[in-house]
Amino acid sequence: MNKPVTLTPPDLEFDSAASKRLRKVRKFKDQFTTGTVAVGGISVIVAILLIFIYLLYEVAPLFEAAEVHPYEHNGQPTAPYSRPGSDAATLYMTAEEQGEVGLRLSQDGQATFFDTRTGQLIQQQQAGLSSASLAAYALESEANDTFALAHADNSLSFVKHSYKTTYPLEGGRVITPSLVYPLGEEPLELSPELEEIEHLAVRNGENRFSVVAADAEGRLRLTRFDKEVNFITEEVELSSEHYNLPDIGADVTGLLISPDQRWLFIADFQGRVHTIDLRDPDSPLVGAVKKATSGQITSFSFLLGGSSLLIADDKGIVSQWFLVRDANNDYELQRIREFSHVGTDGIVQVNIEQRRKGFITAEANGQISFYNATAENQVLSEQLSERGIAYVALTPRANRLLLEDGEGNISFWQVNNEHPEVSWSSLWQEVWYEGHEEPKFLWQSSASNDDFEPKYSLAPLAFGTLKAAFYAMLLATPLAICGAIYTAYFMAPALRRKIKPMIELMEALPTVILGFLAGLWLAPFIEANLTSIFALLVMVPVGVLLFAYLWQNLPKSVRYLVPDGWDAALLIPVVILLSMLAIGLADGIEVLAFGGDMKVFITDELGIDFDQRNALVVGLAMGFAVIPTIFSITEDAIFSVPKHLSNGSLALGATPWQTLSRVVMPTASPGIFSAVMIGMGRAVGETMIVLMATGNTPIMDMNIFEGMRTLAANIAVEMPEAEVASSHYRILFLAALVLFAFTFVVNTLAEIVRQRLRRKYGSL
Amino acid sequence: MKLSVSEWFKSGAPWVWLTGAAVAINVIMVVGLLLLIAVRGLGHFWPHPIIEASYFERDGSRQIIAGEIADSAEAPAEQLRGAGIEVADGVDSVTRLLLKVGNRDVYGSDFRWVLEDKLADIQHPGQLFVAERREWGNFYGYLRELKQGGVLVGQVDGRDERAYERLWADLEQRIERALDIHAQIARIEKHDIGAINYDIERLRLRERALQLKDELDAAAQADIAAERDQLAADYKVLENRLVELYGLISRDALVAEVAGGRTLEIPLKNIVHAYRPNTMSLLEKIGFYFGKIWEFMTDEPREANTEGGVFPAIFGTVLMVILMSILVTPFGVVAAVYLREYAKQGPLTRLIRIAVNNLAGVPSIVYGVFGLGFFIYFLGSNIDQLFFPEALPAPTFGTPGLMWASITLALLTVPVVIVATEEGLARIPRSVREGSLALGATKAETLWKVVLPMASPAMMTGVILAIARAAGEVAPLMLVGVVKLAPSLPLDGNYPFLHLDQKFMHLGFHIYDVGFQSPNVEAARPLVYATALLLVAVIALLNLSAVAIRNRLREKYKALEH
Repeated sequence: MNKPVTLTPPDLEFDSAASKRLRKVRKFKDQFTTGTVAVGGISVIVAILLIFIYLLYEVAPLFEAAEVHPYEHNGQPTAPYSRPGSDAATLYMTAEEQGEVGLRLSQDGQATFFDTRTGQLIQQQQAGLSSASLAAYALESEANDTFALAHADNSLSFVKHSYKTTYPLEGGRVITPSLVYPLGEEPLELSPELEEIEHLAVRNGENRFSVVAADAEGRLRLTRFDKEVNFITEEVELSSEHYNLPDIGADVTGLLISPDQRWLFIADFQGRVHTIDLRDPDSPLVGAVKKATSGQITSFSFLLGGSSLLIADDKGIVSQWFLVRDANNDYELQRIREFSHVGTDGIVQVNIEQRRKGFITAEANGQISFYNATAENQVLSEQLSERGIAYVALTPRANRLLLEDGEGNISFWQVNNEHPEVSWSSLWQEVWYEGHEEPKFLWQSSASNDDFEPKYSLAPLAFGTLKAAFYAMLLATPLAICGAIYTAYFMAPALRRKIKPMIELMEALPTVILGFLAGLWLAPFIEANLTSIFALLVMVPVGVLLFAYLWQNLPKSVRYLVPDGWDAALLIPVVILLSMLAIGLADGIEVLAFGGDMKVFITDELGIDFDQRNALVVGLAMGFAVIPTIFSITEDAIFSVPKHLSNGSLALGATPWQTLSRVVMPTASPGIFSAVMIGMGRAVGETMIVLMATGNTPIMDMNIFEGMRTLAANIAVEMPEAEVASSHYRILFLAALVLFAFTFVVNTLAEIVRQRLRRKYGSL
Repeated sequence: MKLSVSEWFKSGAPWVWLTGAAVAINVIMVVGLLLLIAVRGLGHFWPHPIIEASYFERDGSRQIIAGEIADSAEAPAEQLRGAGIEVADGVDSVTRLLLKVGNRDVYGSDFRWVLEDKLADIQHPGQLFVAERREWGNFYGYLRELKQGGVLVGQVDGRDERAYERLWADLEQRIERALDIHAQIARIEKHDIGAINYDIERLRLRERALQLKDELDAAAQADIAAERDQLAADYKVLENRLVELYGLISRDALVAEVAGGRTLEIPLKNIVHAYRPNTMSLLEKIGFYFGKIWEFMTDEPREANTEGGVFPAIFGTVLMVILMSILVTPFGVVAAVYLREYAKQGPLTRLIRIAVNNLAGVPSIVYGVFGLGFFIYFLGSNIDQLFFPEALPAPTFGTPGLMWASITLALLTVPVVIVATEEGLARIPRSVREGSLALGATKAETLWKVVLPMASPAMMTGVILAIARAAGEVAPLMLVGVVKLAPSLPLDGNYPFLHLDQKFMHLGFHIYDVGFQSPNVEAARPLVYATALLLVAVIALLNLSAVAIRNRLREKYKALEH
């Protein structure tokens, strides 16, 4: 009985106020979500990309050119002023630490302290302890603020300019300069045989003060003052002795004494340099005479630290020289490098930096050039004066420059020269460092002394990185790829489902654990069982093949006990047994082949250095870390080769191995390639394993029994100590950038190859 | 079917076997490594028997030595002969034992290598006891006297077993008492005085802040002075209590005889544990074992991290990882949703996808450098100048700390989350989205109600993988915030409770530090193995759960596709 049912249309009102509101809210929510997701997503991506930009931003100043411009005081560039103090020519000019107070020493012996910004005179006095006229002047050391003056009466004053900084209550900073005499208020007597002293060199040490003076007749006299502290009064008492030095047979133009007071360097008028060994001043040893220039030597000075000589000539060439020790432990002065640029006038003056191995040269035409000795580069060359140059001085921090032109006007300049020690050659090429016998690749970023020459060669670090990666890949590539081939192609699916996650689990293993095991367990183990490791390399493959052949020849009833694709499980006990056998036999092999101890054999007989934490250990540990990466990607690549390809090949009668090697592998090879690339990227950037499993010595040697230092480990070791914004800090950033760029490029390449491969499979 | 060798090679079967061997080697290496860590890490806590033996020294004299056997190694006889040690002819190799003899204050070092065949009369005397001390490492010896306030209260000579037992029971009670007092002292020093010091520092900062703002008037000054006086008074009370407790804890001492006859007085306040492993029953040993594991997980480290527990490191690791996941989850998911659901799918998006993918392969130390340079030196010092001028020149956020470490690791792991989430989003069939849209849902509603819930297991996988990676990462942390020993936990009872600016301890760094920077590596080694085991266990657990979630997810959508 059907009753008619009247169906009323649902009570839907789409345009009621409530549903309009609801629609509005929904629309707003939708737009809001779109906006938030877009902003959030883009900002996360930007944040990630920021890493690259920030690294570049930190590295960029390394490659910025230096610049010099007039010093600005209260927003106004300072105007040149006429030289304060005496009208006589300038002998020496310098400034104190802050660069606010300058000192000018003129030829008449007047020392004038002045405000470097305005030229306002602060203090003027006669320098020296003798009233006799000034005969010669010598700078002892820029860094110690000391110089010496020889007077016409053969007396000598040793002077130090010192500054006292006070902070008065009303604010600001007041610097009070003064001249002091560290060796007492009495002038020191030089050899009475000298007449008309023309050249002078002094060197002050803890126990001894040496003076060498040359007079107009070519007489060379050394005077040594030995310091003794009086036990009662605690005053320093000086006792002097004079020595005759051999005649060099030419007119002297410059004298220098090395900081250890052992070496005397003499420049003569013929452009030659003489070296005299003063170790026994009674019989000084004259070394080989070196021709420094075909022209005239115009400047003869030490670089910071007093080991290198800087010799400038009138042809515009500056050369660096230092004593190099030969095989017989004899020292010889050698020309290390030269700095020149085309179209120059002669160099009138060289002034050195007090904190770095840098210097500036001034040319007669007013050109000023900034150099760094280690980096062998000219950072800046600019004409700062139209009227020639009489004297140029750098402040101790090398950030200001005082320049006196040919007409006696002094101008004050601001110098921005933050990272002169970085150049292509200092980072990547062999550099001949002070105190070394030959040019070398060295990384040594800091030392305890101030006048240290930092060695920023990235070459040994890059080499160490590649060495570690190489040995790791040597282990990982065959093991991972072979393992992946078997797992993907031959292994029973049930076993594969267990093995694959297990090997992939290795990837998650913190590398700090691998590093710790490598350093504390594996390294001593390998040292003690070196022979076994090498025996393993031979015995495992041979033993496995032997076992396989025997297995093949077993009756079928036995063979069929192990299902297809479970051979690897069968091999596990075999490999364990073989390893134990290798360790057991190692002693015998060692006695037979290596005279009882392979390590001793390697170090003594083969002459190869052996470190406990060496590349072999790193290779094993890092190889272990890289295996899962390569394994996983390779396995995927082989497994996803379409089955109809291999089935077709098998159907045509090819053996499984033929199918694999001729059909499957070529198809999967791009995938395998990208797996190796990604594995390598990981090995290159790995930090903790290398940090813990090597000695972290930055050496360049392919020897498997020696360690290395990698870029990543170097960053981890030195970054916390690096001074912010220093060259060292930025070079570490550069190392990080190099690592970043390298892994990024390698990974991108691998990824592109993989995507291509995926498309190819799709089309098959 | 008998195959000749050349036929066999021709068939290619040997190569198959060799690839199989590669798998076998890989498996052996993984399992061997895990076993090595497990055995060494877990074995450390077991109470090993102590041996006593007489040893023929190289100069021919005889000495009684006692200790635990920590390791043994075969040394070739040649090597020993070369080193001037007499080895009988015809012997190829000699077993050397590493004895943990303890008593660093007596012998100078905890360990000693001995030749096994020069040991005679090896015994396991029941009276020999081990005392774990707060300084100088373990002590091995015989109890001889007990003193209270310098006065003898008990004495044994070792011949009377029952007297020895009685004295031992007395000793255990007294140690219990000393430990109790020690706990009180620790609570006062760490907790109460720590809180007062913290308040004093906050007062100083408040004063300085007012000074900087030129608002430090007399009233404020008086206020601060009053609070300071109050704190000083509180401090005085605690100090008195401490002096009293220190008096109480120093009451007892034991006199013990080390193997060889020398006696030594050890104040009980220095003893953490005293036990006699040679007399322990199996059950007692098991109890002791789990007690030690508990102690390892919940105690603070002692003696430059070489003994005691790793609780602060566990705490620091977990806290850092939690902060990191709070940061990384929303950002990673939003970025993935943007890339997959909102961005126009063109070459640029593909390029970005590859770039993000590859960032997961960038060395972690690079992130550390970035974190140090950008977050700490740049952002941190600006934050300090803006918000914490009163603490300058001491940096607040301008120095490595918990917050920067978490952010750096979040940045390091965000690609992992993005990749995993994107994969999850890509797996959701188009039809599901289209169905939702066809029913009138907006894009946001589709995303929120349909897509994200379906992708949530993938997100979980991503986050878990990110956590696993972050928990094991050490290199960047060395630059942005971990320390070998943090004075206090970054989460405590002092306002604002969570101290994001503090440095913290980390399990991974603990392994590096104790294993490589410690003055006493040999003694610390078992502890490093235990720490490593703990870390491996945590990370393996996280990874396995990620794998399980991934598999479940795949099953779920397999059903959906049909």
